[in-house]
Amino acid sequence: MAEVLVYVDHVDGAVRKPTLELLTLARRLGEPVAVALGNGAADTAATLAEHGAVKVLTHDASEYAEYLVVPKVDALQAAYEALSPAAVLVPSSAEGKEIAARLALRIGSGIITDAVDLEAGDEGPVATQSVFAASFTTKSRVIKGTPVITVKPNSAAVEAAPAAGAVEALSVTFSDKATGTKVTGRTPRESTGRPELTEAAIVVSGGRGVNGAENFSIIEALADQLGAAVGASRAAVDAGWYPHTNQVGQTGKSVSPQLYIANGISGAIQHRAGMQTSKTIVAVNKDAEAPIFELVDFGVVGDLFDVVPQLTEEIKTRKG
Amino acid sequence: MSLRIVVTVKYVPDATGDRHFADDLTVDRDDVDGLLSELDEYAVEQALQIAENADDAEVTVLTVGPEDAKDALRKALSMGADKAIHVEDDDLHGTDAIGTSLVLAKAVEKAGYDLVISGMASTDGTMGVVPALVAERLGVPQVTLLSEVSVEDGTVKGRRDGDAASEQLEAQLPAVVSVTDQSGEARYPSFKGIMAAKKKPVQSWDLSDLDIDAEEVGLDGAFTKVEAATERPARTAGTIVKDEGEGGKQLAEFLASQKFI
Ligand SMILES: Cc1cc2nc3c(=O)[nH]c(=O)nc-3n(C[C@H](O)[C@H](O)[C@H](O)COP(=O)(O)OP(=O)(O)OC[C@H]3O[C@@H](n4cnc5c(N)ncnc54)[C@H](O)[C@@H]3O)c2cc1C
Ligand SMILES: Nc1ncnc2c1ncn2[C@@H]1O[C@H](COP(=O)(O)O)[C@@H](O)[C@H]1O
Repeated sequence: MAEVLVYVDHVDGAVRKPTLELLTLARRLGEPVAVALGNGAADTAATLAEHGAVKVLTHDASEYAEYLVVPKVDALQAAYEALSPAAVLVPSSAEGKEIAARLALRIGSGIITDAVDLEAGDEGPVATQSVFAASFTTKSRVIKGTPVITVKPNSAAVEAAPAAGAVEALSVTFSDKATGTKVTGRTPRESTGRPELTEAAIVVSGGRGVNGAENFSIIEALADQLGAAVGASRAAVDAGWYPHTNQVGQTGKSVSPQLYIANGISGAIQHRAGMQTSKTIVAVNKDAEAPIFELVDFGVVGDLFDVVPQLTEEIKTRKG
Repeated sequence: MSLRIVVTVKYVPDATGDRHFADDLTVDRDDVDGLLSELDEYAVEQALQIAENADDAEVTVLTVGPEDAKDALRKALSMGADKAIHVEDDDLHGTDAIGTSLVLAKAVEKAGYDLVISGMASTDGTMGVVPALVAERLGVPQVTLLSEVSVEDGTVKGRRDGDAASEQLEAQLPAVVSVTDQSGEARYPSFKGIMAAKKKPVQSWDLSDLDIDAEEVGLDGAFTKVEAATERPARTAGTIVKDEGEGGKQLAEFLASQKFI
């Protein structure tokens, strides 16, 4: 059976959920072989094996942390050359897309980014994408070379599928371009204890209607009752009320949770671009004409300062 | 010695318009009004600021696109760029990211550059890969997705806010930079700027000027193929209630009925 290379996104050995989703999709195309790089690479093997990786190629070197993107491209290329896989799958993070694109160019292949589904086709994998702010769905194929495809978080269910997951050391020689862009400092993002925005099953967002940084505690309280991640519109981020890392939309994160709750958000096209594929959408907005109501499964026309705390209380009561 | 900055800008269909596909499944660029991608305005802005802080600098804006793409160049010129290059050729129709990066890299080389500045993503394709591809082709450092950027003594520095961490980056020129919409609001063209732009030079190049074969680009040269595009069905109309004191409870009832609580 053909092998499918899966690039592993992990933090010091802790595999992030989108990679496990990739393994589910990879199994539709062939036998997943994972590539894990950098600090803790070998620690990823057990989790990857549980989810279907037949092999885990690992390599650690200080270059991965000290220089931007290119060392990882060099390593993925080394894995590609060692294996001649049928496809290469990479998580659709900003960095993932850059790595994938440069690899595709080097190996004379095409690249598809931000797939939301993948299936095997007679002529190779067919990728589903959501375009024009999710108003269209396309099916695309790479028609030259080995398909290199990046896949968005929440595109497939994580499934246990125990496989050998044999660890093998990958041999990597860095190119002379690998050290071009130096990472001179790094401030890790502080953990909020809440789920990762792109991975969360429920996202509770606040917009301009929240009217102040201090009022975001209302949004957070609801999120915490639901075990949800907190999102924000660009208007709320630009006003300095919530960090940019939490922005949902075209220039923020794109989310596709089971449930999205928009509070005081009008639903501009650029915001919709990042949340329109959510399974269930709920909104609270005092303006009955707000475009967000075109998307909702359930909407409340009302003041969020009344509705949201009442909702939070009611959930608390129901949970007992 | 002059600092040569080339800003890559894309002419895109207006996101608030009714964007759709043409019969050949390429993005329809005829029926929807186009404009300079808002995300590339940030690139123009940073280029102008870097130029203003340099002893001597020249900002060239470069686009690859159809006739109308000149509008995007005009806008960038009226913001303050010095000159423009328009790569236009019928054979470019349907070019994908890999092909676009080839054309941009060849054009940037022909123009001469110390620094290429791009937007974080085009608002139509939203791939966010072209800057990395151009860097790969040019064989120069990529310093991408910067929310803060500065150039001093032949070194570009910037801050990249990633998922897991915020990173400080540094590279020697020549380099390819891309900037996010967090890098600072783009200026509006002044009346004077708009008038001045009319007199600024716009060069036109076609594929032969760049020694690119028609087969390398366009639909024929594409590495990917869109096989189907379907409009997403409108979401079925949901229930909308007016809060008359019980809105939060009604919402809770809905969430419970959907098994979220
Ligand atoms: C290139 C580009 C990229 C962009 N990227 C993004 C992006 O990634 N994400 C994003 O979100 N936006 C993005 N935008 C901005 C987008 O166009 C909108 O400006 C933005 O989404 C508006 O945010 P908002 O809905 O919070 O604010 P508004 O549009 O001002 O809406 C606020 C809403 O809150 C309601 N409201 C006010 N008070 C209350 C109350 N007490 N109770 C209930 N409701 C209340 C109002 O009725 C209104 O509907 C982008 C724009 C551009 C040009
Ligand atoms: N046709 C084009 N002409 C000029 N610049 C482009 C073109 N396509 C993409 N770019 C540049 O590459 C950036 C990222 O585009 P993309 O990878 O298509 O999302 C854009 O913000 C532009 O700066």
